[in-house]
Amino acid sequence: MDLHIFWFATLGVLLIGYAILDGFDLGVGILHLGARSDEERRIFMNSIGPLWDGNEVWLVTFGGALFAAFPGAYATAFSAFYLPLVLVLFALIFRAVSLEFRSKHESRAWRRFWDCTFFGGSALATFLFGVAVGNVMQGIPVGPDREFTGTFLGLLTPFPLLVGALTVATIAMHGAIYLHLKTEGELQQRIHGWMWRAFGFFLVFYLLATIYTLVQLPAATANFHDMPLAWAVVLLNVLAIANIPRAIHHGRPFYAFLSSAAVIAALAFLFGMALFPNLIVSSLGPEYNLTIYNVASSEKTLRIMRLIAFLGMPFVLAYTTAIYWIFRGKVRLGQFSY
Amino acid sequence: MGLDALLLSRLQFALTIGFHYLFPPLTIGLGVILVFMEGMYVRTGDRHYEQAARFWTKIFAATFAMGVASGIVMEFQFGMNWSAYSRFVGDVFGSALAAEGIFAFFLESGFLAVMVFGWDRVSKRLHFFSTVMVALGSIFSAIWIVVANSWQQTPAGFHLVERDGVLRAEITDFWALVFNPSSMIRLAHVIVGALILGAFFAMSIAAWYALKGRHAPFVRRTFAASLVVGLLASLAAPITGHYHATVVAQHQPTKLAAFEGHFHTGEGGAPMYLFGFPDEEEQRVRAGIAVPGLLSFLVHGDFDATVPGLDRFPREDWPPVALPFYSFHIMVALGLLFILLTLLAAWYYRRGTLFSRRWLMWILVFAVAGPYAANQLGWIAAEVGRQPWIVWGLQRTSEGLSPAVRSSEVLASILLFSVIYLALFAIWIFVLNNKIQHGPDEPEGDVAPAREPELQIAG
Repeated sequence: MDLHIFWFATLGVLLIGYAILDGFDLGVGILHLGARSDEERRIFMNSIGPLWDGNEVWLVTFGGALFAAFPGAYATAFSAFYLPLVLVLFALIFRAVSLEFRSKHESRAWRRFWDCTFFGGSALATFLFGVAVGNVMQGIPVGPDREFTGTFLGLLTPFPLLVGALTVATIAMHGAIYLHLKTEGELQQRIHGWMWRAFGFFLVFYLLATIYTLVQLPAATANFHDMPLAWAVVLLNVLAIANIPRAIHHGRPFYAFLSSAAVIAALAFLFGMALFPNLIVSSLGPEYNLTIYNVASSEKTLRIMRLIAFLGMPFVLAYTTAIYWIFRGKVRLGQFSY
Repeated sequence: MGLDALLLSRLQFALTIGFHYLFPPLTIGLGVILVFMEGMYVRTGDRHYEQAARFWTKIFAATFAMGVASGIVMEFQFGMNWSAYSRFVGDVFGSALAAEGIFAFFLESGFLAVMVFGWDRVSKRLHFFSTVMVALGSIFSAIWIVVANSWQQTPAGFHLVERDGVLRAEITDFWALVFNPSSMIRLAHVIVGALILGAFFAMSIAAWYALKGRHAPFVRRTFAASLVVGLLASLAAPITGHYHATVVAQHQPTKLAAFEGHFHTGEGGAPMYLFGFPDEEEQRVRAGIAVPGLLSFLVHGDFDATVPGLDRFPREDWPPVALPFYSFHIMVALGLLFILLTLLAAWYYRRGTLFSRRWLMWILVFAVAGPYAANQLGWIAAEVGRQPWIVWGLQRTSEGLSPAVRSSEVLASILLFSVIYLALFAIWIFVLNNKIQHGPDEPEGDVAPAREPELQIAG
């Protein structure tokens, strides 16, 4: 396989990994204020307690891999999205410290504060990731020197905001299904209702975003002509979406979770399809696009990095799986919990 | 655009990395102590070691979370504020960062789950294995980031290529990149600094308990581990520091000259200032206490060898002198203090009278500020001394700035980070203090070991 295509695909895998794994963490955060009592809120936080940190590493590795494989795109994108990224960092910082510090003190005011920042950080980060994706799909003004020439407010146009909303809905749905798997009793029954509502919001935004894309962004489906396989992903996506309510209805929440993970993977894949072979599309003209060829590292670097990935990632997948296995089952609050 | 954004971006980087660096060295240092504590528990079954390990795990976890939160800021900041630098060094620097993610971050963050939350879910051995993995992960992380930073200081294993009108550094030899002239010695020195911090931090808490007459078994075991680590690391620091300085002399002569306030090359051997007040305008060290020929001796083993002063180099290639000079000198002074303190404490510990020396216990409670300062000062010396380069001899810091970012945006971000970091620091101290006041739990009644004598503490 062409090294550049390999790295485009690998970045896609890292992005999908992040979206599915930190997706349920962020989803739990978005739903956090729906928990009523202190015990319920502790259950929510402990459902992701051991796992969220490792999940967040997928984002760090995605960023590092983007920097290593396509430094020109990393440079243009991260400086272009300066203020949104500052806000993302702010949100992720608060998500992290809220989890760590919330239960360390008895005071109700203290706990309520961190509950709000846990929610706020999770929701804001999720929304902004969606806004970023929307902007990348739509194209941003990038000139011949590969630098962004737009403004912060210019990034807040309808389509990116719509994708932001879609992302929040998808992640909330994913989080709800995860919580349903991890809880029991009356709390689990309440979350059952949340799953349906979240699915409803997801469906609405999914349809809106799909229609908008098909009508306003013809470039997004341009690659479908060359790669009919993409239609299979669209079909699988639709089937996965349909399977979510079906699995919930038949009382098989784990299949619902797998389906929402599949939906996230499919949406990320379609995002990649819309982009390929570009990384940053310039709204000033296609001659200014940053592609996987014109902003890549040298072939030697890409090969070295591929070796590092092949050496390291199997270990990562193995021990991550083992660690998830250790923490399987319903949440039990104990002396080591948050 | 312009100087504003540059100055603000520099300030922001200094602020964010200074804050971040409060946490990883503590993680690395405490990690070693923690492995010792839990290792002793697994080997001997001594429940006091188990409680010590559990206590240190809680302290570790709170610190780790802060390190993670502030760490992502660093990875993003290269692209955000220094996009021209990122374009230039992506092959090299980006690769090291990606490797850090794959080999280190996944390892430490993954096994942290078992270490913090898995005490009652896995066997003793598997839990200990997880603790070791977390400690190892933090060290692997140090390796890759020091390799990356060292490449900025002493670039190797690359060549410059122009592509689409942009000059870039591309890898020619990966191992030469990793084992560049300064990376290994700097790694050793960084780890040593972290070990000193971990040891002093542990001793600070244990000394506090000793003064209050609490947790005698914990205090003894903590001191046993920390004194060994602290003393050995304190003795190692001037050794790694010395060899590091010889590498700096060879590859970054202006940086060494700044450290030493060495403005004028002069004839014959170069003196070393034990202390003084460098005056950059007048290009001399005021009230300097100079030892003739000492710098030459330390660098070349010959009191009369020439050591180039700043006057041998173009003015535009000079780093600031005052900040590296003071940082370096204060760090060295602190390093000597660490040796003195650990030697003293070890001496009394051998004689069995350590805990009755209340004056020394009090010193040790507060002495942790020393390694904290030394670690920061060392990095300040290293990074400010590297100026005006962001990649030595190849790219100036001013050339690495993001053209697309406005000064108003950087002002907004620097204010936001300042406020948040200040608040988080206060909260971290608050949470740590709560845990410390609560102290380690006593082992359960039915399997408690024989009661140990209370610490002999003079009235």
